[in-house]
Amino acid sequence: MRYAYYPGCSLDATGRPYGESVNAVAAALGIELVEIDDWNCCGATAYMNVNEVLSFCLSARNLSQAARTGGPLVTACSACFTNLRKTEAYLVKFPNLKSKVDQALAEGGIRYDGGIETKHFLQVVVEDIGLDRVKTMVKRPLHDLRVAPYYGCQIARPYGIEDNADNPEMLDRLIAALGATPTYYPMKTGCCGGSLMGTREEVALRLCRNLLLCAQQDRADCIAVTCPLCQMNLDAYQGRINRVYGTDFHFPIVYFTQLMGLAFQLKVEDLGLQRCIEPATPVMARFTQEAP
Amino acid sequence: MKAAQETVLYEQAMDPQFLDEVYGIPGGEKIKDCIQCGTCSGSCPVAWAMEETPRKIFAMIRAGMRDRVLDSLTIWTCASCYQCAERCPQEIKVTDVMYMLKRMAIRENRKRSKHARALSEAFVAIVNRCGRNRETELMARYMLTADPLGAFAAAPIGWSLRAHGRLPLMGSRVREIKNLRKIVAKAQELGGE
Repeated sequence: MRYAYYPGCSLDATGRPYGESVNAVAAALGIELVEIDDWNCCGATAYMNVNEVLSFCLSARNLSQAARTGGPLVTACSACFTNLRKTEAYLVKFPNLKSKVDQALAEGGIRYDGGIETKHFLQVVVEDIGLDRVKTMVKRPLHDLRVAPYYGCQIARPYGIEDNADNPEMLDRLIAALGATPTYYPMKTGCCGGSLMGTREEVALRLCRNLLLCAQQDRADCIAVTCPLCQMNLDAYQGRINRVYGTDFHFPIVYFTQLMGLAFQLKVEDLGLQRCIEPATPVMARFTQEAP
Repeated sequence: MKAAQETVLYEQAMDPQFLDEVYGIPGGEKIKDCIQCGTCSGSCPVAWAMEETPRKIFAMIRAGMRDRVLDSLTIWTCASCYQCAERCPQEIKVTDVMYMLKRMAIRENRKRSKHARALSEAFVAIVNRCGRNRETELMARYMLTADPLGAFAAAPIGWSLRAHGRLPLMGSRVREIKNLRKIVAKAQELGGE
């Protein structure tokens, strides 16, 4: 299957292990990801604070580039996913906004007529490829691994995946297909604080503490994530959370694509598991060694 | 009597235009449908860290309490998680309204807008230059402008990301950057609302 692929800015930097594992898993499943030509930043949540038309223009330009690449558009970052889907929906719904966006794009010699559907890579795996196919790829089932399925906020919300917004199950089902055990994890769509980790750290730290506490109550071995910002907040700040709250959390925060790669027995280095700041290797070691 | 006077807001302090300004965003007209049910406040994961909950903010917007709303800590506490917008029975785009309030507060250089403005300005400067965000530069710029002392506290997190290959010094950029800048300039000219 062929897709236009929008990696987004984080997947080159803090989300590098996500980019690496998406590529590795896609190759294993025969998914062809064609990076859209000359893509730009989606604007994240920061552009909305400055200029609304501009933030829609950024995503509209990416959608236009995707239209030229052809095929459905896929991204792995939940923030990019939300912005692309929201832009597509708003351009259809609000003609006044569309006319401004059209005028601005025209200055750069670009036109976007709509019609691009954006999917999250999780949807591609679960809906397009299908869990039956995923199961056939599993060489080393992740038995006895308890995984907290953390969707984060934006993937399931108004512009998100067509799953139950309060209790999505797509990731749960994928985790089960890999042989692991998805935990109940009632905070599965809770918020990690996003960029509040920069602007109001004490608020974001407490949100992340609660997410980690919930995983602990679930007796989870690790937390699976679908968004680079959730991963960074929970992983890179886990040490600080322990200091501030006197806790002793050591949860590996892994991308669902890393778990897939592990079950497919792809090379650990290709999955970027060594890039987890809270080490993933102690928990994952039993799946990386030769089967007895 | 003095205490009572300070807690009462008189009509002169209200700005009847305020509601119309908020009304201008796509879907903004829905704000008049608010039934004050509190679903937004009940759903908000950060309501505990706000001064006024989202429900109160909506009542205040409709009452024209411009200064109180734009100076409130509430708008800087919203994490844009969309839980309120997902659940609002009146289909008010609560998150978009919060974005709108942030834009107004940043434009008017309101107190408490400092951190969010520093982050947004650093972000926008990088994207306008390169077309893509560079997280390493963003973190450095933001910390140095908004919170130089905090930069010391944040440094170990930066170093550990870097040690794990997650904060590269160089980044990729958009090839057609000149055309992108033309789009940016035109969008800014056309205005946000």
